[in-house]
Amino acid sequence: MATALPAPPMTAGKSVSPTWARFRDAFRRHPMALVGGAILVAMVLVAILAPWLATIDPQAVSPAKRLRPPSAAYWFGTDMLGRDVYSRVVYGARVSLIVGLAVAVVSTLLGVAIGLVTGYIRWLDAIVMRVMDGLMSIPSVLLAIALMALTRASIGNVIAAITLAEVPRVVRLVRSLVLTLREQTYVEAAIAAGTTLPRILARHILPNIVAPLLVQGTYVCGSAMITEAILSFIGAGTPPNIPSWGNIMAEGRSLFQIAGYLILFPGICLSLTVLAVNLLGDGMRDALDPRLARRM
Amino acid sequence: MIRYILRRLLSTVVVMAVVAFVVFSLLYLTPGDPAAIIAGDIATDADIHRIHERLGLDDPFAVQFGRWVRALAHGDLGTSIFTNLPVTQLIGQRIEPTVSLTLCTLVVSIALALPLGVLAAAKAGTWLDRAVMAFSVLGFSVPVFVLAYILILTFSVHLDWLPVQGYRNFRDGAWEWLRHLILPSIALGTVYVALITRITRASMLDVLAQDYVRTAQAKGLAPGDVLIGHALKNAAVPVMTIIGIGVALLISGAIVTETVFALPGIGRLTVDAILRRDYPIIQGVTLLFSAVYVLVNLVVDLSYALFDPRITY
Repeated sequence: MATALPAPPMTAGKSVSPTWARFRDAFRRHPMALVGGAILVAMVLVAILAPWLATIDPQAVSPAKRLRPPSAAYWFGTDMLGRDVYSRVVYGARVSLIVGLAVAVVSTLLGVAIGLVTGYIRWLDAIVMRVMDGLMSIPSVLLAIALMALTRASIGNVIAAITLAEVPRVVRLVRSLVLTLREQTYVEAAIAAGTTLPRILARHILPNIVAPLLVQGTYVCGSAMITEAILSFIGAGTPPNIPSWGNIMAEGRSLFQIAGYLILFPGICLSLTVLAVNLLGDGMRDALDPRLARRM
Repeated sequence: MIRYILRRLLSTVVVMAVVAFVVFSLLYLTPGDPAAIIAGDIATDADIHRIHERLGLDDPFAVQFGRWVRALAHGDLGTSIFTNLPVTQLIGQRIEPTVSLTLCTLVVSIALALPLGVLAAAKAGTWLDRAVMAFSVLGFSVPVFVLAYILILTFSVHLDWLPVQGYRNFRDGAWEWLRHLILPSIALGTVYVALITRITRASMLDVLAQDYVRTAQAKGLAPGDVLIGHALKNAAVPVMTIIGIGVALLISGAIVTETVFALPGIGRLTVDAILRRDYPIIQGVTLLFSAVYVLVNLVVDLSYALFDPRITY
């Protein structure tokens, strides 16, 4: 792998690390990654500015205005309780982005911790990897469903359930990177020089796995957003009183033949956001491994 | 070869044991009293006590696990809390739609993805290649249920070509059975097609750069013969691997697809069980699907030898 190359020593203050330089070049070569980044920034802004973008309170019920199709007053129409779908979709961006980001960050941190330890302590490795194999053999949506069936619905529990399903994949990546890196001459040199294990991990191993983890993190983020929506859609996810894209679609489930917009608008937003994250991930992956870029 | 097969079987047993242990211990790892959550918000203390006895939650962990494994060895997945029927019986009643849906999807997906991947690799860099790759990225990004509703709204509601929802048994007519599976299979299969296409293309590009492919071309073999006979055969191992791993996508997706298309399969059983917090059903289905996934990947691993004579184990 290209990432196995040790970073050349930094000289002047203005020089950029080669990884970041490669990311920058890749964005130039992959305009689609830029498009993805732009969509994602827009979605994040929508999520942050939701209280100002939403036309009315997303929870405001008005039975007299039930199931209005999209119009100038109700851009995305109204649902069966007369709530404004546009405002609900705008707030829904928060749930998807928070869940995606939280799962990506937590499962990466956990995966790195477990992967570093197992990559270095051989007897632990055998045990931990069997557990990870087992966890990876349970289809992730089912594992999350089983956990959600046993806990009270909350965003925190959704994040925990999806994280448990994603961690083994990060552990595998970290472990394989560590196993390659520890054979590198400069790591052997560090060991020979009597460097302590924590220092080797922090100085030589960690900096070299950051970039592939970033790529993996974006894919985890995209897949977590889809899983959250699936869980909410089948009634095992975000509590129904919180407007999330999955919840809005779940509410539209029985009405989709007369009010398809209840499903379409949140569905399009979800697809766009996941697409943006995936495009960003593809661009970063190509930046890291130009050999792969030609093929994928 | 025999030694490899034995080792691979042993590791499968270990993985299944871990799966069983994880699925079982979820009841205990989750914070709070699972019986109280299963019973719901309006449950009385007596209800909770009943579920405690029912699931044997008051015994020591080892005793409970031993009892559960013994029952499992006898093919007993427990009893549904809500309907009082054995979970195996409930699964048995619902298995046909799920098997029909996943097999249909599997066959159609592979039949579509392999030619697409080969074609994209053969025409690398052309608009065709780019179109296939764009489809692949899109396929990864549009969630199965969003695609499912778009398909229903277009082909069933708007054009009225195919049934909106529901399922017909195979023995009541193959044509009606198939008609009810077309849209669900497309919805479920798209992400799978995207995945297999991508890997097929990448693997083919690797192989096409090899010397023996150039030799085959130089000695004047027809381009099709080179692509299929020389390249695809040698590109098969990663493709087989991803077909096996992708089965997890099919299983997770089937739960959602059955919900959207109102197919009375195992996925629907699971979703109903979530609403009733009928944990034994969820536990049984999770275990069953994980076992299917593990076994599929075992078969894939063992079949490598067929595709690649260099692998002799």
